[in-house]
Amino acid sequence: MTTKLFGEPVRRREDARLITGRGRYLDDLGAGALAAAFVRSPHAHARVLDVDVEAALDVEGLVAIYTYEDLSGPMAEPLPVLIPHPQLHAPRTGYPLANGVVNHVGEPVVMVVATDRYVAEDAAERIVVTYEELPVVVGVDAAREARAWVHEDVPDNVAARHHQETGDVEPALAAAPHTLSFTQYIERSACTPLEGKGVLARWDADDGSLRVHSSTQASTSVRAAIAAKLELSLDRVEVIAPDVGGGFGVKIVHPWPEELLVPMAAIRLGREVKWAEDRREHFVSSAHERQQRQEITVGYDDDGRVTALDVHVWHDNGAYTPYGIIVPIVTATQLVGPYVIPVYRVVVESVYTNTVIVTPYRGAGRPQGCYAMERTMDRIADALGLDRADVRRRNLITPDQFPYDHHLTFQDGRPVIYDSGDYPGLLDKLVALVGWDEAEALRADARARGKLLGVGMALYVEGTGPGPYEGGHVQVLGSGKVLVSTGLTSQGQGHETVFAQIVASELGVPIDDVEVHTGDTRRFGYAVGTFASRAAVMSGNAVALAARGVREKAIRIAAEVLEANPEDLEIDEGLVKVKGTPGASVPLRTVAVLSNPLRYAFDEAARQATQFAGPGDDSKPPVAPGDAPGLEHRDYYSPIRSTFASGAHAAVVEIDPRTWEIDVVRYAVVHDCGNVVNPMIVEGQVHGGVAQGVGGALYERMAYDADGQLQNASFMDFLMPYASEVPDVVIDHQETPSPLNPLGIKGAGEAGVIPGTAAIASAIEDATGRRIASMPISPTELYDLMRDETAERTAASQETGVPA
Amino acid sequence: MKPAPFRYADPRSLEEALDVLAADPGAKVLAGGQSLLPLLAMRLAAPATLVDVNRVPGLDAVEVTGDGVRVGALVRHAQLLRHDAAARVQPLLARATANVAHPAIRNRGTTVGSIAHADPSGEMTSVLALTGGSVTVTTAAGRETVGWQDLFVGPLETSLSGGAVVVDAFFPALPERSGTAFAEIARRKGDYAVCGAGVVVTLDADRRVSAVRASYISVGLVPEVHDLTEAVAGKPVDSADWAAAGALARTLVDPDSDIHASADYRRLLVGVLTERTLADAAREAAERTAA
Ligand SMILES: Cc1cc2nc3c(=O)[nH]c(=O)nc-3n(C[C@H](O)[C@H](O)[C@H](O)COP(=O)(O)OP(=O)(O)OC[C@H]3O[C@@H](n4cnc5c(N)ncnc54)[C@H](O)[C@@H]3O)c2cc1C
Repeated sequence: MTTKLFGEPVRRREDARLITGRGRYLDDLGAGALAAAFVRSPHAHARVLDVDVEAALDVEGLVAIYTYEDLSGPMAEPLPVLIPHPQLHAPRTGYPLANGVVNHVGEPVVMVVATDRYVAEDAAERIVVTYEELPVVVGVDAAREARAWVHEDVPDNVAARHHQETGDVEPALAAAPHTLSFTQYIERSACTPLEGKGVLARWDADDGSLRVHSSTQASTSVRAAIAAKLELSLDRVEVIAPDVGGGFGVKIVHPWPEELLVPMAAIRLGREVKWAEDRREHFVSSAHERQQRQEITVGYDDDGRVTALDVHVWHDNGAYTPYGIIVPIVTATQLVGPYVIPVYRVVVESVYTNTVIVTPYRGAGRPQGCYAMERTMDRIADALGLDRADVRRRNLITPDQFPYDHHLTFQDGRPVIYDSGDYPGLLDKLVALVGWDEAEALRADARARGKLLGVGMALYVEGTGPGPYEGGHVQVLGSGKVLVSTGLTSQGQGHETVFAQIVASELGVPIDDVEVHTGDTRRFGYAVGTFASRAAVMSGNAVALAARGVREKAIRIAAEVLEANPEDLEIDEGLVKVKGTPGASVPLRTVAVLSNPLRYAFDEAARQATQFAGPGDDSKPPVAPGDAPGLEHRDYYSPIRSTFASGAHAAVVEIDPRTWEIDVVRYAVVHDCGNVVNPMIVEGQVHGGVAQGVGGALYERMAYDADGQLQNASFMDFLMPYASEVPDVVIDHQETPSPLNPLGIKGAGEAGVIPGTAAIASAIEDATGRRIASMPISPTELYDLMRDETAERTAASQETGVPA
Repeated sequence: MKPAPFRYADPRSLEEALDVLAADPGAKVLAGGQSLLPLLAMRLAAPATLVDVNRVPGLDAVEVTGDGVRVGALVRHAQLLRHDAAARVQPLLARATANVAHPAIRNRGTTVGSIAHADPSGEMTSVLALTGGSVTVTTAAGRETVGWQDLFVGPLETSLSGGAVVVDAFFPALPERSGTAFAEIARRKGDYAVCGAGVVVTLDADRRVSAVRASYISVGLVPEVHDLTEAVAGKPVDSADWAAAGALARTLVDPDSDIHASADYRRLLVGVLTERTLADAAREAAERTAA
């Protein structure tokens, strides 16, 4: 039998290329292209009174300058509201170039094209834009107070009111033995992939066709958007995602202004044009996520069981809503996590601010939801004097309750029905893995070293692999090479390895024969994109189905050649053979040749497929009705609804009670993503997610001042954690297969980041005895909290004996 | 994030470098480029000419004598960090450079460049001050020694004229019966410090504290040296109350707030780091006094 590849820690096939500098990222392409640069708004909110380009005109090497006045047709209209929703009652989007008003620092106003990026920036620097400043709204509280408005015609700053309820919450709260109410905050961070966005466009005037490379997570949809906005026929546009140096969500948004403007300029100029985003541009003109104010009321009984939960979230969506209200819906629906919540009501008000737009960043609303729910569990435990793990255990959905219907509607419009899971199993494993029950000994040891130690945990359930579909194409060439293609893109997650593992396993070929292509509309035109932990679930199952189709055809053809019963055949190591009859076999590559009847014998292999190669059956056409030449198959996977992965994290922190430095000394993860295709890649995803979780909890934030200026728009001041700040992560797996898809898998891409903020907040609270109601938290803020005599103290503080 | 146009000069001698600088008031020296190039890329600086001194001979030596350590303009942080002889004469050099950035940056960035850059968040500006050091400055007009007090004018601002090349920095030797320590707190390992402290403790022959000086990083606009002696003067080294010195230090500094730390938090750290570094420095001073 072929070595079983599904489930094996196969080494990433893309790494040799990527880590030896042979990757081809956007800026590695188009060496001779013209370069674009942008004049961006320096103001958070202003009217654009005048654009004076005079001084730029004599810059040598300048090729073109475009302002809003130069846009026409659909390009002069607002950018699309990509994901409309009935509750998004006041959607607003910007224009490719500002049309009269700018709503955040960084919004593009003028595009400059020149012989290279240096010259383009020289010219951009000389363009004088006159602004009239308008009142600025920064932060969710200011938006809520609505003393100033972001959009003139949205006077309460509310873009959307999203509301779901599973019962009558008010009577349920009134009847609850205990209730608790509190308000908490979570701040903005961002995806900050190491490679920013980038676009390269080439117009072929003779052919009337456009080729665009974009560092995107959704090449098929970028293609459709470009065709629509530039009024081209879809068949004249191709979009390719080259190697992409990280996405984490920001590159799923499209079309970015630059994705339209760069092709527009290429067409108008008849020259190749490229734009590669720089770091500052990325900070001020891409997307951020996570700021929310959460007002929570919970009812619970003496055992700590939740009887009713009422949540009001104020969600900062930034200046525009191109990606609809996906993030707040995800918060609203994933908040309930692994728990039975008998009556739940959630209202989310999504509000405009004069800041960079908010769109999904790995986790996409889930870290906030998890923070709300898990901190609620901690508060209940605290109020009742119970162990935090016990309170959670009492509230968990049990394995016999699946499929479990929360009676909520997910971001894809489908019901939130958990397909499978074992949450008590996760919790038990976590308690053992982190040594939860030995916390007192750890605490004593730390105290002896002059440190405060705290432990915290957080559980989550994550809807992964939403539809509508993905497709896969598998083709066996006469050389024996197996080509796999899917339209979904890759940002370095390991798709080349994982899809190859799946196809090699399904088809029975050596993995070295398999070559994977992703995100290229020339190869595969139908796709949705890489987001929501969906690649393995969606394209993984699609390529598996496609491989099964190829296998079936191969066996059918081989059965004729070998004069055997198809049921008696198997494929192993690229050989179709009769089970148990050594020697009775035909190589898959020969089957591929035979699958395509030929007239011309252009090489030795082809000779076998010509009409004179063997005895033919004169009574049948060479290609049977309903059949097709070639050994290939295309198939699609379209799920009924998302599959729900789950996990539990615990953090152990040590705090220096003199400097208030916070150190995560131990981090434990128990992870369930159904059947694991490649445990090494899943662990890598978890590690990366934890790094971003720690970043979001302790280091990263978008430091806007009251004028809407981002004060830390560089990697010097935006504190993405280094390897030195990321704790060692210990991982335990649990595999609860999904009954929804053929491979039984669930998504794993985002999970690692989700519980970080909640678990670390809990641990800090445990260590210090002070309520942590705003995250992230830095040492300087912890110091302020600790010396503030009025700050609320938790019950635990009496035990930890923290200095006042 | 691309620099504005500039001319580039690649002189092969100090004279040539000084000539180019003298001819062009918009010229700037380029050493390791670890501070200057980011400023150029962000167009926060746009010198007309960059005078790259990396190929000027004779500027890359560390000279160690009993009086102190003379560090040439092209000596990289990494080179100083590894220099055992320099560390013996003035232990603060290695202790402080270990806190400068990350290895890749230490391999390119020069110690003299970081002093010429005059960043109050830089370690080596404070070390120059704490050790009572000076720099040797050359211009077309000649050569002079400028003491640290006369060098630092403000954040990223020195008293040097645009046409000057600092050829070396001199760090006096650690006095007898003295010990030093250096510590800092940064948000991430290798970042500029939120607060750092370098200290020197000197004992008398009876192992009583006779002098205590400290200088802080990322506290104040220019490097300063604070005399903390009065808090512990005359106390036996083993029983001196370093916390009292820390408390005194807190009253002497005037830190600013920024997005990473409030002024109050920096003041807190000044106290804690002073106390901690003084204890270490006193231990070293005691060893050196016993020996
Ligand atoms: C990510 C990062 C982190 C860093 N972290 C730290 C840190 O923690 N602590 C720290 O101290 N530094 C840090 N640095 C800065 C680093 O130490 C620089 O090397 C140093 O500040 C400047 O030295 P340089 O040789 O690179 O000078 P350059 O960047 O070449 O020049 C800096 C300035 O000094 C002038 N100059 C340089 N040499 C001379 C000379 N011989 N005569 C006259 N003028 C001269 C230049 O004209 C310029 O104005 C960091 C840098 C980076 C990129």
